[in-house]
Amino acid sequence: MNANAGGGFEALFDPRGVIVAGASSHPGKFGFVVLHNILRNAYAGRVFATNIDGGEILGVVTVPSIDAIPDGAADLVFLCTPVAANPQLLRDCARKGVRAAFVMTSGYAESGEAGLRAEHELAAVADEVGILMAGPNGQGVVSTPSSLCAQMVAPYPPPGRIGIASQSGNIVSSFENLSLGSGIGVSRAVSAGNSARVGVADYLEFFAGDPETDVGLGYLEGVLDGRALFDTLSRVAREMPLVVVKGGTTGAGRRAATSHTGALASDERVFAGMCRQAGVNQATTIEEAFEAAATFATQPLPRGPNVAVLTTAGGWGVLTADALARSELSLLPLPDDLHAAIDAMVPPRWSRGNPIDLAAGETRDTIPEILQLLGAHPAVDAVLFLGSGVQSNQAKLMRTGKFAADPGLARIVEYHERQDARYARVAAEVSAASGKPVLVATELAVTDPANPGPRAVRDSGKLCYWSAERAVTALEHLWRRSRVLQRDRSATRTP
Amino acid sequence: MVTRTLSEADSAHLVARYGIPIAASLRAHDPDDAVAVAHQVGYPVAVKLNGPRITHKTERGLVRLGLADGPAVRAAAVALLDTALPVDGDVDLMVARMVSGARELVAGMHTDPQFGRCIMVGVGGVLAEAHADVVFRLAPLDAADAADMLDDLRSQALLGPFRGEPAVDRHALVHILVALSRLAAAEPRVVAVDLNPLVVEGGVPIAVDALVETT
Repeated sequence: MNANAGGGFEALFDPRGVIVAGASSHPGKFGFVVLHNILRNAYAGRVFATNIDGGEILGVVTVPSIDAIPDGAADLVFLCTPVAANPQLLRDCARKGVRAAFVMTSGYAESGEAGLRAEHELAAVADEVGILMAGPNGQGVVSTPSSLCAQMVAPYPPPGRIGIASQSGNIVSSFENLSLGSGIGVSRAVSAGNSARVGVADYLEFFAGDPETDVGLGYLEGVLDGRALFDTLSRVAREMPLVVVKGGTTGAGRRAATSHTGALASDERVFAGMCRQAGVNQATTIEEAFEAAATFATQPLPRGPNVAVLTTAGGWGVLTADALARSELSLLPLPDDLHAAIDAMVPPRWSRGNPIDLAAGETRDTIPEILQLLGAHPAVDAVLFLGSGVQSNQAKLMRTGKFAADPGLARIVEYHERQDARYARVAAEVSAASGKPVLVATELAVTDPANPGPRAVRDSGKLCYWSAERAVTALEHLWRRSRVLQRDRSATRTP
Repeated sequence: MVTRTLSEADSAHLVARYGIPIAASLRAHDPDDAVAVAHQVGYPVAVKLNGPRITHKTERGLVRLGLADGPAVRAAAVALLDTALPVDGDVDLMVARMVSGARELVAGMHTDPQFGRCIMVGVGGVLAEAHADVVFRLAPLDAADAADMLDDLRSQALLGPFRGEPAVDRHALVHILVALSRLAAAEPRVVAVDLNPLVVEGGVPIAVDALVETT
């Protein structure tokens, strides 16, 4: 389907003016909430609202019908109106120059036979009048380049490079909450609702050609046409990293098969194989999917699987080595020259291998210098740094206690906080200079996001991972894609 | 959709036409014939009951393995023909050279209701369902897709050198998967193929049993 004939997607994500049809004066109704969220987040285009009784809502003078809106002033409409009113509204909107409609109204296919007929009828009208129809029964759309938050629920995520499309509205909210919490921003987000005309794969395909989007993030449930999905996802994944979560694994595909192959062909296995073949990064949870997408958006791809782990103390390094052993990544055996260089920098109690555990032997410049050495070393493909914020955590205990006024304490508090912030900055600088991923992980990212360590990671535009294991999982996603791209390149070389 | 399975002989014949190595297996009409055929293919042999309606031979005990000489073949052939049930319809015997290897794999083709023709490879042969180390891809497959399927298996150690046997010949395995994909494209009536087990003999995978399901 060429869903974008007539520029419908541009109108949906970057409208020059929007209409909220069925705006409500009651703050508990979604016809109010959508208007509120559009105005609250400073959408820059013109905003119109219709309400049968007229009157003013949130400073917008409503009009009783679409006819009262100037021609060409709005190209996107949000329908919060009853099912029966919508076909005529679409016709009226088309005459005013509207090219896209987001149908928030429920009571369509999700509610039974009559709803399904109404949905078909509405979609036919949309096709006839040349309007791209999103939904129905969708939660809304977010587009940060246009400061557009047209959703019936919070939050509004920070701007960024991730494009989200989901078959479920509340999963969009989950991704947006993770975006807000982590600071890794979103370009576009849309809930597909019943996908009468436009499905998750269609949105992802638009994102693949969208200059505002670098990474696709999708949530899928049912699959109607598997081959069409495979073709679309393959095209998208050739253009940009694409992370997908699949819900609704029912085992329905597992039939009482005559063949062993059929008995083994569960929905999950076939879907997983399809993703890998399409070059799609499949994730099993919302957190894993978001963190993979956030990593694609903020880190370069590793050229190989060899990871160097730098930690200020023992247990973290051991568990990270275990996590790497379970993954498709490798713990790099520490090259002799790095061994010698580090040996000259710290007391002999350090681990003398990778993970590079300094056993608290570091002085002021040790960690920045080792990060730089690792980034510059040709055998290292990626770096994981653990232990960010540890000293600032101690500093906080000092700063908030009854001895805080002691000048010695104040000095060391400042020193530790400065150091942790510096480590995060150096990690980002080393990544930029070397073209290698450098990931920082600490649970302080969640337990105390104000800690100068994780805060500085966030300020550097990177994700601060909640654990080393989660950093390993995210990095593994990048390595998988890196391998796919390397394979594709070698395939093009040999005809 | 009503489907039927081809007899073992017809299944073997079809997959062999696409270049899939399958243990030499010849038909025999009665115990005397079975002994003659066994001399021809070489001992040890396996003898199986064959018929278009017979599936799941292992589960029904219709496969006798490791028969070392003529008397053993004769005894097995008599017993198998006695085991046949009226519902099995016309039956005869298959005599095959025993393929021996410490490792068994499984491969096949399946028609998925959503994604259509898929190719599968897995570890475990007749125990594949218990191992659950199987991967699927959509047909058509190229050699790179097939090689990636092998990389996607969890049991990589089983594909390397194993109990004194060399590593599995990955090219040979890729060849089998791509051949299944070609079969899927060229035989629209075939809805499923099992190559189970694929015994790894001296590093080379050879199908010991094939089952083809058609519309």
